[in-house]
Amino acid sequence: MAEPVPASAAVADPIVTVEHLTMRFGGLVAVNDVSFQAGRGDITALIGPNGAGKTTVFNCVTGFYKPTEGMITMRQRAGREFLLERMPDFKISARAKVARTFQNIRLFGGMTVLENLMVAQHNTLMRASGWTILGLVGFPSYHQAERAAIDKARMWLEEVGLTERADDPAGDLPYGAQRRLEIARAMCTDPELLCLDEPAAGLNARESAGLNALLLRIRERFKTSVLLIEHDMSVVMEISDRIVVLEYGTKIADGTPDAVRTDPRVIGAYLGVEDEEVEQVEERLDALEKQG
Amino acid sequence: MNSPSDSLAPTLDTQPEGEQLQNEERIAAAPGEIAPPSPRGDLAWSAKEALIAGVVALGMFTPMIGLLTDQNINNEVILVTRWPLLAAVVIACAAGRFAIAYFIRPYLAAKRAAPSRPVARPAWRATVSRWFPVVGTILLVFFPAIVLYTSGIAGSIKWVDNFGVQILIYVMLGWGLNVVVGLAGLLDLGYVAFYAVGAYAYALLATHLGLSFWLLLPLAGLLAACWGVALGFPVLRLRGDYLAIVTLAFGEIVHLVLLNWKEVTGGGAGILSIPKIGLPAIHIESYVSLFGMTLPKFAFFNIKFDASPEGFAHLFGLPVSSAYYKIFLYYLILILAFITAFATARMRKLPVGRAWESMREDEIACRSLGINTVTTKLTAFAIGAMFGGFAGSFFAARQGSVFPDSFTFIESVFIVAIVVLGGMGSMIGVAVAATVMIGGVELLRELTFLKQIFGPDFNPTQYRMLIFGFAMVVIMLWRPRGFVQTRTPTVFLFKRKAISADMVQEGHG
Repeated sequence: MAEPVPASAAVADPIVTVEHLTMRFGGLVAVNDVSFQAGRGDITALIGPNGAGKTTVFNCVTGFYKPTEGMITMRQRAGREFLLERMPDFKISARAKVARTFQNIRLFGGMTVLENLMVAQHNTLMRASGWTILGLVGFPSYHQAERAAIDKARMWLEEVGLTERADDPAGDLPYGAQRRLEIARAMCTDPELLCLDEPAAGLNARESAGLNALLLRIRERFKTSVLLIEHDMSVVMEISDRIVVLEYGTKIADGTPDAVRTDPRVIGAYLGVEDEEVEQVEERLDALEKQG
Repeated sequence: MNSPSDSLAPTLDTQPEGEQLQNEERIAAAPGEIAPPSPRGDLAWSAKEALIAGVVALGMFTPMIGLLTDQNINNEVILVTRWPLLAAVVIACAAGRFAIAYFIRPYLAAKRAAPSRPVARPAWRATVSRWFPVVGTILLVFFPAIVLYTSGIAGSIKWVDNFGVQILIYVMLGWGLNVVVGLAGLLDLGYVAFYAVGAYAYALLATHLGLSFWLLLPLAGLLAACWGVALGFPVLRLRGDYLAIVTLAFGEIVHLVLLNWKEVTGGGAGILSIPKIGLPAIHIESYVSLFGMTLPKFAFFNIKFDASPEGFAHLFGLPVSSAYYKIFLYYLILILAFITAFATARMRKLPVGRAWESMREDEIACRSLGINTVTTKLTAFAIGAMFGGFAGSFFAARQGSVFPDSFTFIESVFIVAIVVLGGMGSMIGVAVAATVMIGGVELLRELTFLKQIFGPDFNPTQYRMLIFGFAMVVIMLWRPRGFVQTRTPTVFLFKRKAISADMVQEGHG
């Protein structure tokens, strides 16, 4: 390799540490020796051109792929450590408290908005229902737990502004609302790390701004760290504390938005044009969208 | 407007957008007269289509119908021609095509062109769907009494046993399979295997060990649940069609084992003289004194339904009849079915039921929320199988004998058909579908008047599969997602709104 991979800038209190992550699909190297850290309480963005391996890194962190090489360490607030590459996907959500959303929204379309949020609290409710047995005979503790779950769902519905749609099927919601519901559903699992795969894809400028506010609120109120993949620079540059840039499966930059913004490698490889021009293009697009 | 390329060209069927556009044009052109009373197609085009259909039919049916190879008395192959029959078939095809082209398609096109107004659900339908379960339950509870009143003791046997018990067995099987197919969305074509496990568990343990039905019923359910898990493990990774094939194979394996493991199952000869079920009762056997008090010591025993002095009829001073046993069986299966319904309805509102349904909707999203889909699938298989096992042990006790041929693939098909016709994992739908399908098949036996039409050799029950298949096709065209077309949410914040079928996934394994 001609240029050395930039060393991972140290993070004071990392929630997740990715070390030497490599993922091969047959002969294709989707992710090649990527290391980075996401700080606790930070919003860390993973950006890069199409096919750079962002979603692959994501799927490795959330357990949907098993990496070929490398180590992913999750360190919870209480100090418990989990090696995510060794855990099955559902345990990463249930034990390690890493929740995720999907690039192509995956809601339970035939269930109501409220039911979607109830399913997300499955493990808590399952324990309360005595693994179905106590719930089947109508044990009062289960009713209490269910009421608490509904209250929590209601709180999240208010947070994402979907209270009026609570009893409608999730598949009936407009696109932007589905994105918000998916975030609310992920948050109902009480995650310490929230992984969002292109949360602003398909949103208009106003919805993007709303998303930014929501993510900042999530970080402030619930102390949840966020790891996100995004193409929308208005989201990435505005709210990220740290940006990791991938290209062809390799990390080419890692740092604060300002540092990444001026990194010539990023500009050359990813943005392709000068920074100011990007904003101009963005503004034009926004203006067009408002007209349309 | 009437030229074939405009309103009748077949390409329109594959271009809904174009059609919609055209419809809008029609509406704009003649808002008052959208659907003429009886629209007709283009005559020349229809005639041409009919001619083409006739030629195709002639080409196809000449070797199939027109020519017949037969053997004459010298055992030589001779060619028999059936020109009149061929002509009739070809004319029928051409006429049918003409009718479709000239009458039916323009009619449908006009109907489609008419602007669709949102039709308000009539109020009576809401009332019906609300009161149907209540009225149905009351009817089921009083069914034997009604039959006894109308048909007398001897006449009631047929209605209670052939209709009541038979239908309720399938209702219970349908409700059991509904957990697997309707809620969890796992297509299981080998459900009859669990029914067989329950039946043979009761048959073998009751005949060899002489254990009571009341002990063996839960045991049979437990054994069937174990087999459900045994089937569940290998098929965990399979989805959709592949899952269906493996479950089908599993059902066949169980059937073949029952047929060939002669030392245990008796092979094709089956197991005979399986003990009947007795009415559980308690009597005071003796008194024991404990801490100065005299306490009764109870003994459990079964009142048998036979002509013996201790039998049910003698005990209650009634004339000896097999009707009591049938009525007893009816109430037993009714209770078992209600237990199934209650447990399933309850579980649907518990986290396990929501996990089943969310798995049907999207398995990957399920796992991302920390739901262990392996155990969730296994519980669905186990619970479904357990109800199948209950029904099986009841079946064995009711028949008094079990044969491997009672557990063939076609039984699985019947049960799956009941669940699919019922629709959307709905319990009411399954009950209605079972009544229609099984009751309909039984009713065929009653249609003796058909003999006067088709001659004394006509046996309507021989046509049951034909009618069954035809009815399935018609029902599925009429209601593509089953009798019940909406899903009821398990929980609501303000108002319980039914979810329409086009939102709900069917499950992909």
